[in-house]
Amino acid sequence: MSETMIGAAPPFTRQITVQVNGEPRQADVEPRLLLAHFLRQTLGLTGTHIGCDTTSCGACTVLLDGTPVKSCTVLAVQADGRDVQTVEGLMSGAALHPIQQAFHEEHGLQCGYCTPGMMLTSVALLAENPDPTEEEIRWAISGQICRCTGYQNIVKAVQSAAATLREGS
Amino acid sequence: MASPTVRGLGHSVERKEDARFIRGKGNYVDDVVLPGMLHMEILRSPYAHARIVSIDTAAASALPGVVAVVTGELMAAHNLAWMPTLSGDTQAVLATDKVRYQGQEVAAVIAEDPYIAKDALELIEVDYEPLQAVTGPQQALAEGAPLIRDEKEGQTDNHVYHWEAGDKAATEKAFAEADKIVSLDTFYPRCHPSPLECCGCVADVNPATGQATIYMTSQAPHAHRTLFAIVAGLPEEKIRIISPDIGGGFGNKVPIYPGYVVATAASLLLGHPVKWIEDRTGNLISTGFARDYHMHGELAIKDGKFSGLRVKMLSDQGAFYADAQPTKFRAGLFHIVTGSYDIPAAWVETDGAYTNKAPGGVAYRCSFRVTEASYLIERLVQTAAYELGVDPAQLRMDNFIKPEQFPYTSATGFEYDSGDYQTAMDLCLEKLGYKELRAEQAKARDEGRLIGIGVASFTEVVGAGPSKTYDIAGLKMFDSAELRIHPTGKGVLKLGVKSQGQGHETTFAQIVAEELGIPPEDIEVQEGDTDNTPYGLGTYASRSTPTAGAATSVVARKLRAKAQTIAAHLLECSEDDLEWTAPRFSVKGAPDRGVSIQDCVFAAYTNMPDGLEHGFEGVTYYDPPNMTFPFGTYAVVVEIDRGTGQWKPLRVVAVDDCGVRINPMIVEGQIMGGLTEGYAIAAMELIDFDEDGNCIGSNFMDYLIPTAWETPHFELGETVTPSPHHPIGAKGVGESATVGSPAAYVNAIVDALAHAGVRNLEMPVTPDKVWAALSEVGLAQ
Amino acid sequence: MYPSRFDYVVPQSVGEAVSLLAEHGDEGKVLAGGQSLIPLMKLRFASPGVLVDVNRIVELEGMSQEDGYLRIGALVRHKECEKSELLRGRYGVLGTAAPQISDPIVRNLGTVCGSVVHADPQGDWGSALLAAGARVVAQGPSGPREIPLSEFFVGPFTTTLEPTEVVTEIRVPDPGPRTGGSYLKLERKIGDFATAAVGVQVELDGGGKIARAGIALTAVGATNLRAEKAEQSLAGATPGDDVFAEAARLAADECDPQADHRGTVEYKRNVIRVFVERGLKAAAASAAS
Repeated sequence: MSETMIGAAPPFTRQITVQVNGEPRQADVEPRLLLAHFLRQTLGLTGTHIGCDTTSCGACTVLLDGTPVKSCTVLAVQADGRDVQTVEGLMSGAALHPIQQAFHEEHGLQCGYCTPGMMLTSVALLAENPDPTEEEIRWAISGQICRCTGYQNIVKAVQSAAATLREGS
Repeated sequence: MASPTVRGLGHSVERKEDARFIRGKGNYVDDVVLPGMLHMEILRSPYAHARIVSIDTAAASALPGVVAVVTGELMAAHNLAWMPTLSGDTQAVLATDKVRYQGQEVAAVIAEDPYIAKDALELIEVDYEPLQAVTGPQQALAEGAPLIRDEKEGQTDNHVYHWEAGDKAATEKAFAEADKIVSLDTFYPRCHPSPLECCGCVADVNPATGQATIYMTSQAPHAHRTLFAIVAGLPEEKIRIISPDIGGGFGNKVPIYPGYVVATAASLLLGHPVKWIEDRTGNLISTGFARDYHMHGELAIKDGKFSGLRVKMLSDQGAFYADAQPTKFRAGLFHIVTGSYDIPAAWVETDGAYTNKAPGGVAYRCSFRVTEASYLIERLVQTAAYELGVDPAQLRMDNFIKPEQFPYTSATGFEYDSGDYQTAMDLCLEKLGYKELRAEQAKARDEGRLIGIGVASFTEVVGAGPSKTYDIAGLKMFDSAELRIHPTGKGVLKLGVKSQGQGHETTFAQIVAEELGIPPEDIEVQEGDTDNTPYGLGTYASRSTPTAGAATSVVARKLRAKAQTIAAHLLECSEDDLEWTAPRFSVKGAPDRGVSIQDCVFAAYTNMPDGLEHGFEGVTYYDPPNMTFPFGTYAVVVEIDRGTGQWKPLRVVAVDDCGVRINPMIVEGQIMGGLTEGYAIAAMELIDFDEDGNCIGSNFMDYLIPTAWETPHFELGETVTPSPHHPIGAKGVGESATVGSPAAYVNAIVDALAHAGVRNLEMPVTPDKVWAALSEVGLAQ
Repeated sequence: MYPSRFDYVVPQSVGEAVSLLAEHGDEGKVLAGGQSLIPLMKLRFASPGVLVDVNRIVELEGMSQEDGYLRIGALVRHKECEKSELLRGRYGVLGTAAPQISDPIVRNLGTVCGSVVHADPQGDWGSALLAAGARVVAQGPSGPREIPLSEFFVGPFTTTLEPTEVVTEIRVPDPGPRTGGSYLKLERKIGDFATAAVGVQVELDGGGKIARAGIALTAVGATNLRAEKAEQSLAGATPGDDVFAEAARLAADECDPQADHRGTVEYKRNVIRVFVERGLKAAAASAAS
């Protein structure tokens, strides 16, 4: 699908340019297009998932200028001129980000549906708090739902990634 | 036992499937994009019970970007307005005469994009004539209740079925002779599996070839293919169901939903792929809910021992009887209700009723209603402990089935394969520090603080199941494994089951590693594509390891036997001269003379002995000889806030026994997920209805799922009592914690108040209910 | 899941925003954090024709201690309040409320002023700010005006703000150093609305008596409301358990909870009583230290 509007015709669309995972992406979009749909449908970045319709589950979480937001509750037009990081932007070339490696090693995922959002929120947390306690991690991810893991291994994964990042710096 | 380098059973091998998920490269149904694909949205009924007077779709059809609007009338013209259910009933695909629950599918719009489809939904005008809604089974079965299934020939009331199990006469006798009878009336509320990914499909019927490819959120793709063939009248060899990555199932993705049928019909009629992805409201309001089971249980006690158990249940089936459960068992496997206890006589009877609610009942990690049974017996035993003045853990231990009694035939006819309940209980109490906690509880009580300790010792039954007893919609519940190793020693395992996060790509490769000595990294596990995998009944009710896991082991052993013949040929000796220590065959007494499994595989393509077929593959369809019976003891400690009624789990200790553990890390992950669901059910999950049948709990603001903040920390332990009949001694485990833990949480809360005479609190045990109980016994602040 | 169509404009100044609202009348709606508005639009419970996105208006940013009051600009997010050192101590009712708003991700975008204008009786900021005696500053076509928060809420989701006005900031009067505050919220889980919640601010005079008490209640009335009888019972009183218990009883009687799945009327009243008592104790202790 081309990077243009979904099913809409002028005069309803606006041109936006969003920096997505370090690349400028330009498109004509309707103002009502949610950022989550812009990422998934317009740009084909399907790593950002949708799990509910009341801004409750956080499966759609991405980083907007480094801050976790629920992309289903942000309009694509609001991201014009701004920076969005999705799960697809975590790797550096072929190297996994420590958070990805940690989720894998600590069995922090089962079905994988909440995982992209959990990892991005964790990345933002560790940028602010390089040595979080279990309580601080649970607090930071309390806007997101996981049905599979019971959260305990997600906590372990974040603590493991924190340790790796502290060693590296 | 395989060598450590091979990493077969018992190793916490890191998951192979993670690679795509951590990169955001999973392939879920909503990620599928096909050329020319259209989008479908469903119009749902706002009423729980209403006649449809008329539907006007003109304005919707005229909206630019709309390709088609489908109603029940159009579906009826193709004989698709109704479809059979997995329980022998029929279910409306799109409503024609009436709507029978709030959220029922009434029409569908197919458009160029989902935004336009949603715009068009608002333009459809439906004229409803509301009718009185039936919102509970007691109301449904009462004299004069509105008839819900008036379209069904021969249906004169709202009664669906009556079913019984056990020995009524023996049970009556036990009760007549009892010293004491303890009873409990309790309701297991309607809750919902609510996986994070909603249900959906991309249906692609190719008009030129007649090929129908349906990407579908399916836990049972082969069974779904067969049912599609029957329902839609499409030739089965032309149907390909692809269940790709599934974002959680928990039983929600076992039924066939109207959306799948309408999308497929639309694709057939329009000649374009049609994507339908429901939203969360659609998922909660219309797809297969769980439980909604009214239970009255009585325990007969003689000389301190349980002598009889009788249970009467009333099941709310919703508007259509659409449970996925083995045909012979209307109450699923509820008759496991004697649980871990040696109870000589038991009798169970149940009635199902139609109501104006969504259809379902068997879902949400229930092992076919074992959740209900386990909850009832563990709450009943807890009540008995208080009535008898016996410590709740001790009363359980006094009545456990003993190790020497296995295999044990229960009063309702189950043959338990193996168990050692005392050891699991001992370990749990030791990890908990039970004695010290009881002392702490007493001291806290003196200080005015309320602490409770709840224990639950569950035994459940999984692995459906032996063909002489089990079938779903007539399909027997065997399962399958097809294994092929390529010349370079790496291979593919194809299964009839379908993971939704349970880690099959890793655990099943480990089974092959154990039997054949080929490391898990070298075995690619494939599931979900019906064109590419052997027939199976899918993954739910913790059946994959007991059935397909056994099939994998059996087929791998067949191939090992073939390898042994090849090895003898390569080593120029007799097969009897060889011994196997994975991954190699060596000559007895001359261990340096040997060949690896990879050497044997290569030879299967390059250097075969005469008379033996080339290639290295096999397929096994495994009919399990029995079910498997995982068990465990869970303990929860809570403290209650006397001012607000809030309760907080201070500790959760879980000891599980699922026989041989293929991958301990994955087993623990399953258990922690189940303990969380158990907590959620005990604390906050509820789908409720007002008297007009309006659904409260159809979105995540009302249907509450705990976050990491509410969810407690879990302490895990294990015992290992292998299954004697399973080739690798394994039992299922996926549902154990959801089955066994709700009673542990509720027992803990009741235990905090039992000294004041409180015996029961109904789930979800919300703070206001606790506070009401506190008030009644003068403990509220 | 998919909002209806709307037009979208991005003013660069408050004046421009006001003009746009005047131009579009009932069809225009301000978009700040969007964490209340966009969910309503996705469910099509709200379908404004024009969204006026104020997120690029620099003059609306920032939170600062001014002369005699704390200024909270219209673009101040909940998260900024959660982290701010300014909201400890004398502004403690605000600092303890902030982390309890919604969930941590929604807090990154949602704004204090947006929450107040949304006027959900189950919303938390209204009560915390009522307890602190705050006032709203709004700009309209005829210029700016200040509205005490106690006159701002008139009904569920209804305020005295005109459709052509934009709230530019909230001002919280400086209560002096001998002040403490606490916000207590009972929610079934993080992200749920309050079953019942209480914001309390206690200001002590030089002799250690209560000069002013602010007590405001969430989710137990048609709006966030002050428990005025309870407040009056504390004026001039010496802080102590009996006095707090009595104020708590009065507050519980002054509210009007509705029975629902979160609890009965009796239950919610009791939560109010328990929380007002606990809140007063915490606020008084903080004020004295």
